[in-house]
Amino acid sequence: MIEISGFVALYIFMLAAFTGYEVISKVPVILHTPLMSGSNFVHGIVLVGTMVALGHAQTPLEQAIGFIAVILAAGNAAGGYVVTERMLEMFKSSKDDKGDKA
Amino acid sequence: MSLIINLAYFVAAVLFIVGLKQMSSPTTARPGIIWAGVGMVLATVVTFAHPEISGGVNYTLIVLGIAIGGALAWWSGKKVQMTDMPQMIALYNGMGGGAAAGIGAIYLLQATPETVTTTGMAIAVIGSVIGSVAFSGSLVAYAKLQGLMKKTLNFPGQQVLNLAIIALVVILGFVMALGDGTIGGGTLLAFFILSLAFGVLMTLPIGGADMPVVISLYNALTGLAVGFKGIVLDNPALMIAGIVVGAAGSLLTQLMAKAMNRPLKNILFSQFGGGSSAAEEEIEGTMKEIQANDAGIMMAYSSKVIIVPGYGMAVAQAQHKIWELTELLQKRGVDVKFAIHPVAGRMPGHMNVLLAEAGVPYDIIYDLDEINDEFKTADVAMVIGANDVVNPVARTNPDSPIYGMPILNADEAHNVICVKRGRGSGFSGIENHLFYAENNRMLYGDGQKVAAELVASVKALG
Repeated sequence: MIEISGFVALYIFMLAAFTGYEVISKVPVILHTPLMSGSNFVHGIVLVGTMVALGHAQTPLEQAIGFIAVILAAGNAAGGYVVTERMLEMFKSSKDDKGDKA
Repeated sequence: MSLIINLAYFVAAVLFIVGLKQMSSPTTARPGIIWAGVGMVLATVVTFAHPEISGGVNYTLIVLGIAIGGALAWWSGKKVQMTDMPQMIALYNGMGGGAAAGIGAIYLLQATPETVTTTGMAIAVIGSVIGSVAFSGSLVAYAKLQGLMKKTLNFPGQQVLNLAIIALVVILGFVMALGDGTIGGGTLLAFFILSLAFGVLMTLPIGGADMPVVISLYNALTGLAVGFKGIVLDNPALMIAGIVVGAAGSLLTQLMAKAMNRPLKNILFSQFGGGSSAAEEEIEGTMKEIQANDAGIMMAYSSKVIIVPGYGMAVAQAQHKIWELTELLQKRGVDVKFAIHPVAGRMPGHMNVLLAEAGVPYDIIYDLDEINDEFKTADVAMVIGANDVVNPVARTNPDSPIYGMPILNADEAHNVICVKRGRGSGFSGIENHLFYAENNRMLYGDGQKVAAELVASVKALG
C-alpha cells in the first residue's frame, strides 16, 4: 500500500476539507436532509478500514472487536445508502419534475 | 494487485466527491447517491485482496459481519417511516462512529514499541475518542427521537462532571500516545468507557428540538474519526471520504444552528428556554375559533392560499389529505403555495421530503426567503402543525428565547388559520402571539381529521 507520511497527510487533509466545504455550500435547503444522509453513507467507507483491521487481527479479543466493527460499518454503509436512495427517489417521482427550483 | 487496489480507492474517492456534488441539485441527486454507492461497492470488493488481510477465520468473519450488518441495516432502512428518518440517520451514523472506534481499539491493542510513532498513536487516540463520542452520542439521540428516552437529564454539577471526564480522557490519551506502545488493558478499557460516557452525558441534557443539529454534528464527527483512521491505516479512500464528510458536516451543522438561531455552544452547553418565563409579557386579544367547514369555504373563495406545514402535520400523517385539498383548490383556480421554514420537520429539508412523499411537486414549495414577502398578498395563510416558526414574538420581543430567529410572516396574511391539536403551547413551550391576533382563527383538531373535513367542505361547493 502507498505510504502517506507526515505532511502529505496534512495536505490531503486540508484539500479534502476545502472540497467538503465547497461541495456543501451550494446545496439548497430542500436537499439538506438527504444530503446529511448521503454524507452519512459516504463515511460508511469506514467499512474498508474495519475489514483491514479485522484482517490483521491476531487474538480472539481483536477478532471480536473487529467483527463488531465490521457489522457496525456495514450497517452504516447499507443503511445510509437505502434511506438516502429512498428519500431521493421521491424527489424524482414528484410529477412536476422541473428541478430548477432550488 | 496493490496497484489495482490503490486505483480502485482513488476511483472511489472521486465517485464520493462527484456523488456528493450531484446531490446538491434535485435533478442529479439520485444519480449522485448511486455513483457514491458504486464507489462504495468497488472499494469494498477490492479490499478483499488487501495484502494486510490474512487468515481464513478473519476472512470468514469479514464476510459474515458484512452480511449481518448489511442485511439488518438494509431491511430496517427499507421499512422505516419517512417521519422517523432523522433518528435512523442518527443510528446509522452512530454505527459508523463505533466502527471507527473499533479500528482504533485494534490499532492500540496491537501497538508495540517497534512499530509505533508518537504521531501515529496520537492520531489513533484522537480518532478513537471522536468515534466513541459519536457512537454513544448518536445512540442517545436515536433513543430520544424514537421516544425511548423522554426526559432530558439535568443535574447539578453536570458541566463539571463532563469536564472532569474529558480531562481524564485527555490524560489517558496523552499517556498512551507518549508511551512506547505497550498499553495496559485497564488503561485502554478506561479510556474507551470514559469516551463513551462523555458522548452519553453530552447528549442527555439536549432537548428534542435541538437534536437535528446534534445529529449533524455527530455526522461530522464520525466523518472526522473515519478520516483519522484513514491516516492511521494509510488508506487514502478513508482519509478523503472521512475528511470531506467532516468538513461538509461541520458546515451543515452551522447552517442548521444558524437557521434555528441557536448558537452551537448554547445547544451543547445550556438548556433550551432557560429564563424564558421571567420574560413573559402580557398578550393582547383572545383566541378565536373557526369550524373546518367555514375554513374550507374561506379558502375555496380565496385567490391565494399559503400553507405553512410543520412537524405536527407529519405526525398526524395529514400531508396526503393536505395535498388532496391543494389539488381541489387549484382546480378552483386558487393559487396555492407551501412555505417551508428552514427548521420545519426535524431537520432542514425534512419537510420537503415528507411533502414529496405525499406527491406535492417541489415547484410550489418555497423557502422562507422566497415567500416571506408574499404573505402580505395572501388571502389565507394556513398554519398546520407548526408553531414557533410563525411566532411573531421572534421579531418583537428581545427577551424571548426565540428572539431573532427568522420566522415565516404568516401573521401578515389577510386571514390566518392555525390548525392545532390542543390548546397547549409549542415545542419550546413559548406562548404564540399569533394565536391571539385579530386576523387569526384557531381550528382545533387532529391534523388528518381536520384536513379531511376541509377537503369535504371544499368538495361540497362543487
